Amino acid sequence: MSDDKPTPNTDEPVVDVEAEKAAKIAAAKAKAAAAKKAAEDAPPKDPWEEKPIPPAHSDAMDDEDVAALEDLVVSADLFAGTVTATVEAEKILDVCRFLKDERGYDFLVDQTAVDWPEREEGRFDIIYWLHRHSDSKRLRLRAIIGEQQTIESVESIWGAANWMEREIYDLFGVIFGNHPGLERILTWEGFNGHPLRKDFPVEGIDTGAAIYPDVYPPGGGPIVTDEGEGA
Amino acid sequence: MMNGPERPLFDVEEMEISFGPQHPATHGVLRLQMKLDGERIVEAKPIIGYLHRGTEKLFETMTFPACIPHTDRLDYVNAAHNNQGFCITMEKLLGISIPPRAAYIRMILAELQRLASHLVWLATHAVDIGAITPFFYTFRERDEILDLFEEYCGARLTLNTMKIGGLPFELPDGWLDRCAKFVDAFPSHIDEYETLLTTNRIWKKRTVGVGIISPEDAINMGLTGPPLRGSGVEWDIRKVFPYDRYDEVEFDVPTGTNCDTYDRYLVRIEEMHQSIRILRQCLEKLPEGPIMAKAPKVLRSPEGMVYGSVESPKGELGYFIVATEKGTTPYRCRVRPPSFVNLQALPQMVKGSLVADMMAVIGTLDIVLGEIDR
Amino acid sequence: MPEPILQLLLIPLIKIVVLLVVVLLIVAYLTYAERKILGYMQVRLGPNRVGPKGWLQPVADGLKLLVKEDLVPGGAEKLVFIIAPAIVMVPALVMFAVIPFGEPFKVAGMTVTPYLADINIALLFILGVSSLGVFGIILGGWSSNNKFSLMGGLRSAAQMVSYEIPMGFAIVSAVLMAGTLSMVGIVEAQRAAHIWFFIPGVLGFGIYWVCGVAETNRNPFDLPEAEAELVAGFHTEYSGMKFALFYLAEYANMMIVSAMAVVMFCGGWLPPFPNLLAGLWALPVLAWIPGVVWFLAKMSFFLFCYIWFRGTFPRYRFDQLMNVGWKWLFPLSLANVMLVALGVLLLKG
Repeated sequence: MSDDKPTPNTDEPVVDVEAEKAAKIAAAKAKAAAAKKAAEDAPPKDPWEEKPIPPAHSDAMDDEDVAALEDLVVSADLFAGTVTATVEAEKILDVCRFLKDERGYDFLVDQTAVDWPEREEGRFDIIYWLHRHSDSKRLRLRAIIGEQQTIESVESIWGAANWMEREIYDLFGVIFGNHPGLERILTWEGFNGHPLRKDFPVEGIDTGAAIYPDVYPPGGGPIVTDEGEGA
Repeated sequence: MMNGPERPLFDVEEMEISFGPQHPATHGVLRLQMKLDGERIVEAKPIIGYLHRGTEKLFETMTFPACIPHTDRLDYVNAAHNNQGFCITMEKLLGISIPPRAAYIRMILAELQRLASHLVWLATHAVDIGAITPFFYTFRERDEILDLFEEYCGARLTLNTMKIGGLPFELPDGWLDRCAKFVDAFPSHIDEYETLLTTNRIWKKRTVGVGIISPEDAINMGLTGPPLRGSGVEWDIRKVFPYDRYDEVEFDVPTGTNCDTYDRYLVRIEEMHQSIRILRQCLEKLPEGPIMAKAPKVLRSPEGMVYGSVESPKGELGYFIVATEKGTTPYRCRVRPPSFVNLQALPQMVKGSLVADMMAVIGTLDIVLGEIDR
Repeated sequence: MPEPILQLLLIPLIKIVVLLVVVLLIVAYLTYAERKILGYMQVRLGPNRVGPKGWLQPVADGLKLLVKEDLVPGGAEKLVFIIAPAIVMVPALVMFAVIPFGEPFKVAGMTVTPYLADINIALLFILGVSSLGVFGIILGGWSSNNKFSLMGGLRSAAQMVSYEIPMGFAIVSAVLMAGTLSMVGIVEAQRAAHIWFFIPGVLGFGIYWVCGVAETNRNPFDLPEAEAELVAGFHTEYSGMKFALFYLAEYANMMIVSAMAVVMFCGGWLPPFPNLLAGLWALPVLAWIPGVVWFLAKMSFFLFCYIWFRGTFPRYRFDQLMNVGWKWLFPLSLANVMLVALGVLLLKG
C-alpha cells in the first residue's frame, strides 16, 4: 500500500530501508534453509513429479560401430539414447554394405527423408534406421544431399528399402540411382509436386492437372474454364 | 474369347486382372495388378495410395498434443497402439517419465486393443478362406472390448485416449472388475475359435505350406510382428525395447517353425493367450497414484531426432519425429507403418501360387490400408 | 368333360401349377431357413424384421429383386446374358417332374399320384437335364464381359463336369440294387428289400452326397462364387430378377440333390425299415405318418446339412477340389460299383 511506503522528505527512512532490506534478506535465507531442510527430510520425488529434462546432444564418435566406419563418417551425435551418424551421400552404398556384412546390421527398420529447404549443406536428410538382431542395437544413418543430387538405392542390400525409397521419391522427389522400379507409390503417376516438401502447401494443389491434361496444361498455367461456369 | 486379328490356334496368353480397389477381400482399398496363367499367379503387384490422406504432412502443422487424434486414423482397428507409439516417442523427446499407474493402464488398453485387432484379423482371414462362422464369434468378443473402451473414453474405434505424459482420464468405477471378468472369460472363447479352425482339415489344407517366407527373406524384407515371428524369428519390441512397464510383466513370444500361413495363424492365436496373461498381471499389479506426469502445459521440444516404437498387432509401429529448438509442432513426423513394410513382401510370397492362396496371404499379413497409405 | 382330356391335360396342368408353387415356395423359404439357421449357428438372430419372426422376409426379398433395376453391363453379349439365367433355372425346375414326393393315394374315388410323371428312365432324365444347367453358368460367366465372371464360369464348368462322373457311378450303385431307373421303382425296391439302400450302399451314398454338394456349388465347394477371390463368380454382373433366377436355381438344385438322396438311398416316402418291424409297437405310428411328410422331413434333413456345412467349413482351393474329385472320389466310386455289383450278384443270384 502506498501509505506504508517510506516518504522521501524525512531523513531517517534511509536507515529504515537498509534495515528492512537486511531483515528481508535474512527472512528469505531462513525460509530457503527451511525449505531446503524440508526437501531433504521429504522422500525424494518420483521422476514423474519433477519437471522433465529434455535429452541433450553429445558426441558419439567413440561408438564402436561408428568408429569401425572410420573416415566414412562425417560426424556422429548421441541424442535420446540413439546414435545418428552422418555419412557422405556418395558413399552410402559402401557404408550400408559394410554395416550389413561386417557389423551385422541385417534389418532396415525404416528409411525416410527430412526436408530443410534453407540449409546450406543440402536440402534433404535421408535417414536410414538400422537394426542388428544379434544384440538388438540400433543405428541411425544420415546422408545429406542437395536438391538436384541423386543418391544410390540400398534396395540391393535390404529388400525392404524398395517401397520406402519409392515413398521418399514420391513425397520428396529424391531420385534414387539403380532402383528397380522408382515409381510413385502413394500419389498417382503424373501427380504434380512432392507433398512432403516444405514448399508444398498443406491445403494441397489443384490436382486436376493429372486428370485433364488438356484443360490444365502440364507445368501449371492459367486454368481455362468455359464462360458462365464457376471457377 | 477375344477376336484378335490372326491368332495362332492355341494361343496361350496371360490374363491380366485387377483385383480391387473395390473387391470384397482386399481389406479396404488395396489394388493388386495380377498376371495370371490360368489360376496361377505369374506376377502380383500391389498398388496402394487410394487412402492417402497426407497425415504426415498434417502432423507438421499441428501442435504435439493435437497430433494424437490423427494417429487414431492410421491403423483404424488399432487406435490404442497408435496413440501409445506417438506418446512414448514424444515422452522420449521431452524427457518425461510417466507415472506407473498411467503406464499400467496404457498396457491394459494396449493389450485389449491387441486382442480386438487380432479378432478382426481372425474374422477376416477366416472369411477370406470361406469360413464365415468365426467372424460372428470373434466380433461378439470384440464388441465386449469396444464396450470397455467406450466406457473408459467414450469412443469405440478412434480412441484418442492417451496424452503425452500419461492419460487423460482415471478409470471409471467398476471398470477393472468388468475388465477382469472379460479377461477370465476370454480364453474359453479362443478355444471356441480354435475348435472351428485349428484342426479343421480344409483350413489346414488352405493354410499349411501357403505363403512361405524364409527367416532370411523375412528379415531382408523388413517384416515385423507375427509375419516375422511366424518365420521363426523371436523378436518383439515389448521384449527388445520395453516401453511403458512391459519389463515388469512376464510373457512369452510365440514363434512358428514352418514359415507358412498356418504357423502365423498359430502365432497370433498364442499371442492372444499371451495378451491375456499380460492383462492378468497388469490388473493384479495396477498401482495407485497419479495418471499424469508433471508435463508443461505448452510442450516445447528440444532440437533433435527421436524414434520410438511399439509392438502393434501388425508389427513394429514406429514414430520418427524431427523437432526444432523450442518448437511446438513436429518439424517432420514419419510413421513407420508395419503393414506398409509387410505388404511389400506379398509379391514374393504369392509368386507361383494360386489365386485362392493370394487371399490367404493377404489375410495372414493382416494389413490395414489406413496405415499403409497414411 | 371327356375322360382322356381330364387325365392327360387338366390333372397334369393342375399338378404342374401346384408343384411349381410349392417348389418355389419351398425354395423361397429355404433361403429364409438358411439365413435363420446360419443366424442361430453364428450367435445372431437372422432376419426378424419383416413380419412376425421375419416370416415375410422371402416375400420382401422377392419383391425387392423384382422391382430392382436390371443392369446389363456395357460390353456384355446381351442376348446370351439375358438367356443364361433362364438356362439355369428351367432345368432346375424341370427335374421336379420326376421326383416322387409320396405314394399314390385316393381322393374322391380317384387315384392321385403325388408326382408329375413316373418315367422308366427318370434317373437318366435327371442326370441329363441337370447337366444342362452348367451351360447357363458358363454362358452367364462368359457373356458378362468380366474376368471374375469368366473365371467363375470356368471353375464351375470344370467342377460340375468332374463331379458328375463319380456322382453318376454312385447313382449306378443304387440302380444296381434297385434294378430299375424309375424313381418310383427304386422306392418300391427299397420297400421290397425292407431296408433303405444307404445301409448296404453307404459308400455310394457318401460319394453321392459329397458330389451332390459339389454339383450345387455349395460350401465347402463353393469356388465358382467364392466371394473372397472372384467377387461373386459367374453372377457378379447380374442384378435384379436375373440374379434372383440364379439364386433360386441354386436352391432348387439343392432340393433336387436332396430329393434324389432321399429317393435313392433313404427310402423315399417310406418310414424307416419298411415292412420289417411289422410286429413292433413303433410301426403303426410310423406308418400313420403320411409318405409326403416322411419325404419332406428327410429332404429337410439334407437341406439342413447343406446349411450346416456352410456354417462350418472353409472353402477348398481349386486344385484341391480337383484332387478330391479325380484322385479320390472317382476311383472310389468305380470300386463301389464293382462291390455293389458283386453283392447284388451274390445275394440275388
